[in-house]
Amino acid sequence: MNPSEPKITPELVAEHGLKPDEYERILTLIGREPTFTELGIFSAMWNEHCSYKSSRLHLRGLPTKAPWVIQGPGENAGVIDIGDGKAAVFKMESHNHPSYIEPYQGAGTGVGGILRDVFTMGARPIAALNALRFGDPKHPRTRHLVGGVVAGIAGYGNSFGVPTVGGLVGFHTRYDGNNLVNAMAVGLADADKIFYAKATGVGLPVVYLGSKTGRDGIHGATMASAEFGEGAEEKRPTVQVGDPFAEKLLLEACLEIMEAGCVVAIQDMGAAGLTCSAVEMGAKGDLGIELDLDKLPCRETGMSAYEMMLSESQERMLMVIAPGKEEQAEAIFLKWGLDFAIVGYTTDTLRFVVRHKGEIKADLPIKELGDEAPLYDRPWVETPKQQRIDPASLDITATIPGALERLIGSPDFASKRWIWEQYDHLILNNTVQRPGGDAAVVRVEDGPKGLAMSCDVTPRYCEADPFEGGKQAVAEAWRNITAVGARPLALTDNLNFGNPEKPEIMGQLVGCLRGIAAAALELDFPVVSGNVSLYNETNGRGILPTPTIGGVGVLDDIEKMATLDFKASGETILVLGVTTGWLGQSAFLSEILDREEGAPPPVDLALERKTGDLVRGLIADGLVTAVHDVSDGGLLVALTEMALASGIGANLAAPPPDMNPFAFWFGEDQARYIVTVESSAKALVLRRAELAGVSVAKLGSTGGDRLHIAGERPIVVDALRERHEAWLPIYMGAGLM
Amino acid sequence: MKSAVLVFPGSNREGDVARALHMVSGVKPAMVWHADSALPQGTDLVVLPGGFSYGDYLRCGAIAARAPIMDAVRAHAARGGLVLGICNGFQILCESGLLPGVLVRNARLRFICREALLKVERNDTPFTRRYARGAIVRYPVAHGEGNYTADAQTLKRLEDEGRVLFRYVMPDGHRDDAQVLNGAANSIAGIVSEKLNVLGLMPHPENHVDPLVGPTDGRALFESLVGALEKA
Repeated sequence: MNPSEPKITPELVAEHGLKPDEYERILTLIGREPTFTELGIFSAMWNEHCSYKSSRLHLRGLPTKAPWVIQGPGENAGVIDIGDGKAAVFKMESHNHPSYIEPYQGAGTGVGGILRDVFTMGARPIAALNALRFGDPKHPRTRHLVGGVVAGIAGYGNSFGVPTVGGLVGFHTRYDGNNLVNAMAVGLADADKIFYAKATGVGLPVVYLGSKTGRDGIHGATMASAEFGEGAEEKRPTVQVGDPFAEKLLLEACLEIMEAGCVVAIQDMGAAGLTCSAVEMGAKGDLGIELDLDKLPCRETGMSAYEMMLSESQERMLMVIAPGKEEQAEAIFLKWGLDFAIVGYTTDTLRFVVRHKGEIKADLPIKELGDEAPLYDRPWVETPKQQRIDPASLDITATIPGALERLIGSPDFASKRWIWEQYDHLILNNTVQRPGGDAAVVRVEDGPKGLAMSCDVTPRYCEADPFEGGKQAVAEAWRNITAVGARPLALTDNLNFGNPEKPEIMGQLVGCLRGIAAAALELDFPVVSGNVSLYNETNGRGILPTPTIGGVGVLDDIEKMATLDFKASGETILVLGVTTGWLGQSAFLSEILDREEGAPPPVDLALERKTGDLVRGLIADGLVTAVHDVSDGGLLVALTEMALASGIGANLAAPPPDMNPFAFWFGEDQARYIVTVESSAKALVLRRAELAGVSVAKLGSTGGDRLHIAGERPIVVDALRERHEAWLPIYMGAGLM
Repeated sequence: MKSAVLVFPGSNREGDVARALHMVSGVKPAMVWHADSALPQGTDLVVLPGGFSYGDYLRCGAIAARAPIMDAVRAHAARGGLVLGICNGFQILCESGLLPGVLVRNARLRFICREALLKVERNDTPFTRRYARGAIVRYPVAHGEGNYTADAQTLKRLEDEGRVLFRYVMPDGHRDDAQVLNGAANSIAGIVSEKLNVLGLMPHPENHVDPLVGPTDGRALFESLVGALEKA
C-alpha cells in the first residue's frame, strides 16, 4: 500500500458513488481491501452510466434482431445491412449532465463521443443528428444553455466535417436545471469490414492512439450518474474539453490503419476512459490486459495512476495491433501527427493489471469487473392511467385561426432555423433532404440509394402513459422515415429518466421500455444500439420521461423521395388514417388551455403499419406529390407546415358536423399522414387506400396565399411564416437576421 | 485539365470539391498533402478546399499559409497559374499574401450555413466565363469567419480595379451592406488577384453542382475553368 495514497474509508467509498453494499461486493470479489486506484476503477465500471445496473434487467425485453441486423446492442454502435455490400453504423448517446454544467464543451464532446463510437467500428460518419430538451424559456438559464449547446454542437461537428442534418428541440419547465443533449451519428462502412472491441491473441501489443491524457473529465461518468443539487456548476472540472481537429485526424488515421489491416480490436476511450476501454477489450475476448502507465502519453507531468485510469480526455483510442504491424501502424499515426504508444499487452491470465513507477496499482479479475457489476431489480410502480379528455368538457375561448397563430409561434413549434443554420448541414454534398422535413435524407455515396433518419419522442405522452408514450416514440420515428418514402430498418434509443431509486420513476422506465419493445416488434424496427441516462433530477425533481428514438431507414432511389411542401395549386389534400379528435396531452391543450392532462393518444400498431405501408407504396409509385406525417399539433399544424414550406395556401372544408372543430383540427390521433394528389391520380389513390383498408378523408385543395377553413377567418401564409420564424431569433436576442 | 486539391490536416471539403471537379471535367484531381513541397508536374489549377486547417485555433488559415506546399502554390500563381481558394482556402490565400485583406468572425458571431444569393460582377475571368455578367446565383455558405475586411485604400483599389468577383445581394439583386449575412465589407463574397488568376471566395460552388442534391448554380464556375484551360 502506498502511504501517499488516501486511506479507504466509508466516506471515500461514498464519494466514489459506491453504496455500502456495493463496496461489500468488491471486498467479497477480490478478498481484500482495494487500492485507491482499484477503488477508482470499480467506481468507473460500476456506476449507472457504464454498468446499466438499474436498466439492464429491463433492456433484455427489447427486440434486437432482424435479418438485416449485423450487430445489435453491446458494441460501440449498432450495424445494419443496407444492401450493395454496405452497412449503416449508428447510435445515439446523451451528454446531459456535462452540457448543463458547461454547455459548449459538454455538447461538443457529446458529439465527439458519438462520432468516435461510429468510426471505431470502421465506418465513416456521414450524418449527425441531435435531440435537445431545454427548460422553460422564461427560466433564467435557458437562453444561455440554448446558445452554448448549439454553438458547442456546431463547433465540433462543423470542424470535424460531418453534416448535422436533423433533430428536434423542445422546451418544458421540467428540464429546468437538467437539459438534455442526445447526439446521434450515422456512419457508412463496407458490410464485411466492421471492427469490434473483442481482443484476440495473447501477447499482442495494446496501443494507445490519439490525444494525450490530461486531468480533464476525471470521474465524468460518476458525476453523470448522480442527481444535481445546488452548486452543480461547481462540477465543471469533471467536464471534458473537446478538440474536433484531433478527432478529425483520429478518424482519418483510424480508417487508414484499418484499411492497412493493422487492427485486431479497437475501442474508443469514452466514459471512464482507459479503464472502461481496456477492460472491455479484454473481457470480451476472454483475455487479460496488462498496462504500463509509464508509457502513457500524458499532457502534464506528475499524474497518478488513479488520474490516468479515470481521465476522460477526449479523442483517444485503444487498439490491439496485429502481430508485425506495429511499425506500419505507427507510421500512419505519425503522418497524422498523433500520439502512438504501446502501453500494454494482452495476457492469458484474465487479470486486469496496472503498473506505474514500479508498483502494481491494480490487479483485478477482468471479467468480473463487468459481469459482476451490481444488477438491480429496483422496485417500481405503474403510472396511474388518466381519463380520456372529452372535448365537450373543455372551456375554449380561442378561435381556430387564433389558436393556430399562437401554436405556430410557440417555442416548441416555432422554426428552429436559428439553430440548424449554425450547423453545417451540407458538407459531403449528399444532403438530399435538409433540416425542416419529416426525416433527413443523405445520399449513399453516388446514389441512387439514400438513408433516412429521424429523432422522435413526445415526453408529455410518456409522462401520462409510459407504455403508450414508448410506443408512440417508436411509431413516430417509423412514420417520419416512411413519410419520405424510405423503409424503416432499425433504431437506437436514448433513455433519459430521473432517479431510478424512486419507484414511480422506475415505473416510467419500465413502462416506456415495454412500449418501445411492443412497437419495435410489431413494426419490424429492432433496437440495435442505445444509451441510458438516469438521475436526470435537480433538487429532487425529475425530468419528463424522455426515451428519444433515433430511427434509420433506406430509400432505394432518392429521386423518388417525398417532401412535405405543397407542389402546386389545385391539388387535392387527403388525410390517410382515422381522425377521432384526441385532445388528451395535446399541444393544443398544453399551449392554448395551459393544461397537461388526460390520456395520450393510443397507438394502434397494426393500423400504423398498414397506413405506413400504403403511404410508402404511393410514394414509390409516384402517386402523391407531397407527404407529411401528422404528429403533435394535429392536422392544422401539419397543413401549416406544408404551406410554409411552399408558400402555397389551401382551402379547407369545415370539419364533420358531429366533431368538435378544435378536436378535429388539433387532435393528435396517431397513424395519420397528409398527402396531396393531382386530380388525375385521385381516383387511384382512393382505390389503393380502400384496398389497404385505410380510412381516407378529403380535407380540401391547395391554392392561394392563405389557409382558409370554410367559415373561419383566412390566414395569410406569409403572416404565419413571420410568427413561425420570429420567436427563436427574438428570444435569443439576435434580431430577425 | 490537371487540377490539384491541397489537403491540410483539418481540411474537410476536399472531397466535395474533388467530386465536383471530377463530375464537371471528367478527370479526378490529384490530392496533394500539405507537407509536400511540389505540385504534380503540369498542374493547371490548384484548389485550396474548405475546412478547419490545423483546427484553425489560431487565426483562420494562418498556419496553413506557412505549410511547405504553399511556396509551390505561390510560384504557380506567380507564373500565372490558376488558383481557387474556397472558404478556408480563401482565408489561407489572404493569410499567405496571395490576396489582400482578411476574413474575420461573422458580424453576429455565429456560424452560418445557408444558401446565399451572389452577383457575378464580371464574366471576363477564367472562373466566370460561363456566367452572364451580373448574373444572380445561389451558392451555400458554411462559415464562422467569412466577414471580409480590408483597409479603406485596399477596398477602393479592389473596387476600382474590378476585382470583386462575387458579391452578396438581396433577393432584389441589390447589395445591402447593412444586412449582409456575415458583415463583409462592400458585401464582398469573393475577390480575384490583379492578374485575375487567383480567386478566393467564401461560398461553396462545389456544393451546388449536382441536381440530385440541390441547385446547380455552381457548376458553371467549374465549367468556366475547364473551358479556360482547354483554350489555353
